[in-house]
Amino acid sequence: MSEQTDNDSTDWALIFSCWLIATASTLGSLFFSEIMELTPCILCWYQRIFMFPLAIILIIGLYPVDKNVVRYAIPVATIGLLFTVYHCLLFFGVIPESLQPCSQGVSCKDANMVLFGFLPIPLLSLASFSSIVILLLIARTRMFK
Amino acid sequence: MKKNHIVMIAVVLLALAFAAGGYFYKSQQIETQAALAKQNHELLIKPYSPRAGNPDARVTIVEFMDPACETCRAFYPLVKELIVEHKGRVNHVIRYAPLHEGSDYVLKILEASRKQGTYWSVLELMFVAQPYWTSHHKAQPEVLWKYLEHYKFDVVRLKQDMNDPVIAKNIAQDLADSRQLGVSKTPSYFVNGKPLIKFGYEELRALIDAEIANAYNISGEQQ
Repeated sequence: MSEQTDNDSTDWALIFSCWLIATASTLGSLFFSEIMELTPCILCWYQRIFMFPLAIILIIGLYPVDKNVVRYAIPVATIGLLFTVYHCLLFFGVIPESLQPCSQGVSCKDANMVLFGFLPIPLLSLASFSSIVILLLIARTRMFK
Repeated sequence: MKKNHIVMIAVVLLALAFAAGGYFYKSQQIETQAALAKQNHELLIKPYSPRAGNPDARVTIVEFMDPACETCRAFYPLVKELIVEHKGRVNHVIRYAPLHEGSDYVLKILEASRKQGTYWSVLELMFVAQPYWTSHHKAQPEVLWKYLEHYKFDVVRLKQDMNDPVIAKNIAQDLADSRQLGVSKTPSYFVNGKPLIKFGYEELRALIDAEIANAYNISGEQQ
């Protein structure tokens, strides 16, 4: 019984951590656009499309704890991660600029995307999405053996 | 601690962090903007800048605008009214911040109209007809030309005059100055050098009233 409770606790902690990262990232990106008034580029919008719902569905999975939320969250987070990886490759010049889909409006390589002079926003997004995906995959292997 | 409480606390903490961060950032922004305006004070008005209202007024509204900008269009009649209302105490200087695609071309037409003395009527026509010649924040000059033709402006001469290199130079100078002054949106107002920090009609009115009180009370004149 006690082992069962411990297991539940770990599962809860995993979902909770994912939710915390997703919510912090959501608020962070809203801070950039609404407070700092940086206009999101197109790739940023696609990443937001896959980050914002994570903050919502994951908290629903905590009240009450519903392990299935992990199954629903993984595809969403993975697609977001793919966009982020693409954005980072573009931002750091691995993919040449001519291939980028966002020549109109704000450039996806804009220097504005660097915070405090050293921290690029796409890299923050990469950190969030990849940690969410990793935690969700750990949760899935634990819960659905 | 119950898990549900942890989630609640996290929600509250995140919301607080967001609000506090926002407040801190905004108050810093206000300081930076005011400092930029003060530091670059001499960039606000250029001798070539168009000016409406009494040239001897002690209060000057400097507006950075773009004829393709919808909010500039909405504010133009309001500012005009304010100037009439304050009977000779306030005047209005126009500077350009062409932030929309194609608006530097439109500004060349506008500047060219000065040579015929039709600047303000061309500007007003541009604003009135704006919904037709701008689409998705992009200027469509060919539509604008049709309007100018219809209202009997000398289009042939405008097309010649707009190529004057001085016009292009002045528009580029305005854009450069706007950047130095921290202008990132249109319209941006400065009243006697003080930037309008929180955008809005009431806020602009209050700033103008404060500057009038400042400029006309010190001299002992009747308010």
